Amino acid sequence: MSLNVSNLTVHHGAICAINQVSIAVPTGKLAAIIGANGAGKTTLLRTLSGLKHPTHGSIMWKGEKIAGIKPEALVRRGISHVSEGKSVIPELTVRENLELGAIWRRNAKESKESINQVVSIFPRLGERLQQRADTLSGGERQMLAIGRAIMAKPQLLLLDEPSLGLAPLVIEQIFQTIRDLTTSMNLTVLLVEQNAMGALKIADLGIVLNLGKVVAINHAQALIDDPAVRAAYLGY
Amino acid sequence: MQKLLETFLIGLSTGSIYALMSLALVLVWRSTRVVNFAQAGQAMLSTYIGFEIASRTEIFWLGLACAIAAGALLGAGVDYFFMRVLFKHAVSGPAAVVAPVIATLGLLGLIRSIVGLIWGGEFKSIKAPASTDGFTIGERTIPFSPLNLLIIVTVFLILIILAVIFQRTNLGLSLRASAYAPEIAQLAGIRTARTRTIGWAIAGGVGGVAGMLVTSSNFLSPYSLDLLLVFGFIAAVIGGLESMVGSVLGALILGIGLTIILNYIGTSLVFIGGFVVLIVVLLVKPDGIMARGRARRA
Amino acid sequence: MRKKIALFIFLGWVLLLIGDRVDELRVYQGAQIAMYAIALSSIVLLTGYSGQVSLGNGAMMAVGGYSAALSLNNLGSPVWFAFVMAVVVSALFGALLGTAAARLSGPYLAGTTLALAVGLPEIANQFAFLGGVPGILFDVGFPPARFGEEFTQYKWFFWIASFIALFALFITSNILQSRYGRTWRAIRSNSLAAELSGVHSGRMKILAFTISSALAGLAGAVMAMTISLVAPGAYTLSLSFALVTGAVLAGVSSLPGVVFGALILVAIPEVADVLANRLGGDENLNNYLPGLIVSVLLILSVIFTPNGPGEKLRRRHHKKM
Repeated sequence: MSLNVSNLTVHHGAICAINQVSIAVPTGKLAAIIGANGAGKTTLLRTLSGLKHPTHGSIMWKGEKIAGIKPEALVRRGISHVSEGKSVIPELTVRENLELGAIWRRNAKESKESINQVVSIFPRLGERLQQRADTLSGGERQMLAIGRAIMAKPQLLLLDEPSLGLAPLVIEQIFQTIRDLTTSMNLTVLLVEQNAMGALKIADLGIVLNLGKVVAINHAQALIDDPAVRAAYLGY
Repeated sequence: MQKLLETFLIGLSTGSIYALMSLALVLVWRSTRVVNFAQAGQAMLSTYIGFEIASRTEIFWLGLACAIAAGALLGAGVDYFFMRVLFKHAVSGPAAVVAPVIATLGLLGLIRSIVGLIWGGEFKSIKAPASTDGFTIGERTIPFSPLNLLIIVTVFLILIILAVIFQRTNLGLSLRASAYAPEIAQLAGIRTARTRTIGWAIAGGVGGVAGMLVTSSNFLSPYSLDLLLVFGFIAAVIGGLESMVGSVLGALILGIGLTIILNYIGTSLVFIGGFVVLIVVLLVKPDGIMARGRARRA
Repeated sequence: MRKKIALFIFLGWVLLLIGDRVDELRVYQGAQIAMYAIALSSIVLLTGYSGQVSLGNGAMMAVGGYSAALSLNNLGSPVWFAFVMAVVVSALFGALLGTAAARLSGPYLAGTTLALAVGLPEIANQFAFLGGVPGILFDVGFPPARFGEEFTQYKWFFWIASFIALFALFITSNILQSRYGRTWRAIRSNSLAAELSGVHSGRMKILAFTISSALAGLAGAVMAMTISLVAPGAYTLSLSFALVTGAVLAGVSSLPGVVFGALILVAIPEVADVLANRLGGDENLNNYLPGLIVSVLLILSVIFTPNGPGEKLRRRHHKKM
C-alpha cells in the first residue's frame, strides 16, 4: 500500500468536510472517488497535496507521514495534483506551462525529454507549444494540465474532475489517456469525478464519499454492478 | 518644433526614471497583491547608502552598485520580516480593506524617520556621473544633457536585463507563475514564498537605481523621493497595474506629459498635473492602457 | 436622542470647567485635541464606515483652512461665516473627488489620494492670492471683552474649537447611526450585495466623500485658527499619515474613539520632545523622533489591533455573554 489514509478529519472553519476517512490505495492502481457535490472529494485531494491541513488523522505515502507538509515539498516526493477547473496559467505559453512542472528538478536536459514525452502523449499540445494557454480549447487545457503534472515525474497523481465542462468525445479520450498513463508509468492515481460511470469504467478501485464519510469501497466493477450505487450515482 | 523635441527628450529621460519605480511597484503588486508604498522608503534608504559610498569613493557607479545591493536586501527583508508577519495576522472586520495599505505607509514613515535620525534633513547631493550641461548642436545649446542621455541608456539596459530574466530564465518563469497563479505554481513544485521574496528583492534593487538616478540631478533628503513614489504609482496605474510593459509605457507618457506642462504652463502645477492625468486615465480607461478586458481587482 | 443631547451638553460643561482649571499650554493642546477629533471623525466616516481608504484628508483640511482664511481676509466676512465657508468649499471639493474616485478601491484609491495629498498644497505656491510659502494670516480676533482680562487668547481658541468639535461630532454621530451609516457599512462589507439590495453605492460613496471632506475642511479651519496661519507647510503628507494613524489607533470605525486618537496625536510630539531631551537633545532627534513614534505605533496597531484597541475589549465582552 503506497498511499494510506487513516481516520482523516478535515475542517473548513467550523464545518467538518471530511469525517474520519480511511482509504488505502495500492501502488500502480487507479482509484475513482465519486460522490455528490459537497461530499468532500475536492477537500480530500487538497489535503493529500498539502494545500490543506487535516485536523486529525494521518496520511502515509511511501511509508512516510505527509500530513501538513507544504505542497512544494510534496511535489518533490512524487505527488502531483491537477486541481479543479483552471489548472493552467493562461498568460503563459503551452511550453512555459509544461516547463513549470519540471523547474524544481533543475535539469534542463531531462526537462526537454519530458516535454517530448508529453507531446507524444498529447500531440495536439505539440502543435501549440508557442501559443498562449488561453488560446486553447477546454479539452486541450485539460491535456496541458495533466501534461504539466507528468513533467514532475510523479508517482501519485491526483486528478480533480478532469472531465468538467468537456464534450463527451473529448472526455472519452482523456479518460483513456489517464488509464494508459496509469499503466505505462506505473502511477498511483486518485481520480475525483462527477462523471461516476466514466471514472469507474477505467478504475481498479472505487470509493464513494458522502457528506465527508466513506460509504463504499470496492473493486470498481463491483460498484458498477451494485444497485444502490447505480441508483444513486450512475443514473439507472 | 525645436522646443517640442527638447521637451520630448527630457520627458523621456524623466519618464524612464519613473518607469523604474512603477516597474518595481507593479512587480510587487503582481506577486503579493499589495501596493508597497514603502518602496519609496526602501529606495530612499538604498540611495542614502549609495550616496555614502559614492561621496567617499567619488565613484558614482560604485555607489549605484551598493544602492542596488542595499535595495535588494531591503526588499527581501521587508517581504520576509514584515509582509509575512502582516499576512499571518490576517485581518477581518472594517479594517480589512485598509490594513495592508496602511501598514506599508507606516513602514514608509518608519524608514523615513530612521533615515532622518541618521543623516539629518539637510539636502545632500551626489556628483553626477555625466555633465548636466546641455548638448551643443552647432550654435545652440539644448536642455538635453549627457546626464539625461545616460539615464535613458541605463534604464533601457536595466529593462532589457529584466526582460531577459523574466522571459528567458527559469527564475523569471517561477516569478511570473507565482504572480499569476500562486496555487498552481505551488502545485507545480515552485517554492512560492521564496520566489516572492526574490521578486521583492529585484523590485528593491530596481528602486535603488531609480533613487540614485533621480538624485544625480536633484538633491537628496528624506522627502525627496516622495514625488518619485507618486509619479511611479501614477505611471503604474496608467499602464494598468497588471502589466509590466504597460507600466513602462505609462511612465514614459507621464514623463513626457509632465515635462510638457512644466515647459509650457508652469512649475508648481506639475504635481497637480500628475494628479489630473491620473484621474483622467482612471475615468477613461480604468484598467490602464494595456488592459485586455481583465478585471481590475483590488 | 434626548439622552445624546444631554450627554453632549454635559460634555460641553465639563470642558468649560476643565478650561478654567488648567494652564495655558494644556488649554492650547485642548484646542488641538478638538481639532484632531474633528479630523479623525472624517476618517472614521470615510474609511471606517464606507470603507474607502483615502490619504487626502490632509489636503481637504488645507482646502478648508484656505477657504476660511480667504473668506475672512478677502471677503471680510465674520469669523463664523469663515468656518461655514470652510465646510461648504471642502464639501464641494469632496464631492468632486468622490465622483472621480467612486470607481476606485483599495490601492488605487489610496494612491490617487496620496497624489492629491502631495500635489494640492503645492498649488498654494503657484497662485499669489493663496499666499505662497509663507501663507496667509488667519486671525479670529480677541475674546469678547465681557469675558474679562483673565480670559486668554488660547482659552478663546479652546472654547471655539471645543464648541465646534462637539457640534460636529454630534451631527456626525447622528449621521453614522442613521440609515446612511448602515448603508455605508453595508457597502463596505459587500458592495455587490448592497447594490442588489437597491443601494446606489456610487452615490453613497460620493456622499461619504462629501461629508468627510466637509469635516476635514472644518478641522482645517480650526487648525488655522489655532496657529493663526494657513500655509502649505501645515498640510504636509505627514499630516495625512498622522490622521490615518490616529484613526487606526482610535478604532477606524469608532466615533467615540476619535477623542482617544486625538489625545495620542497631541501627546506624541510632547512625549517625543521629552525623549529627545533625555537622549541628548540634538536637532535631528527633535525633527524625526515624533515621526518615528507615529510610524511604529501605526505599524504595531495595524498588525495587532487593526480595528482599534476597543475591538479586543469588545470581543472579550461578547465572549462573556
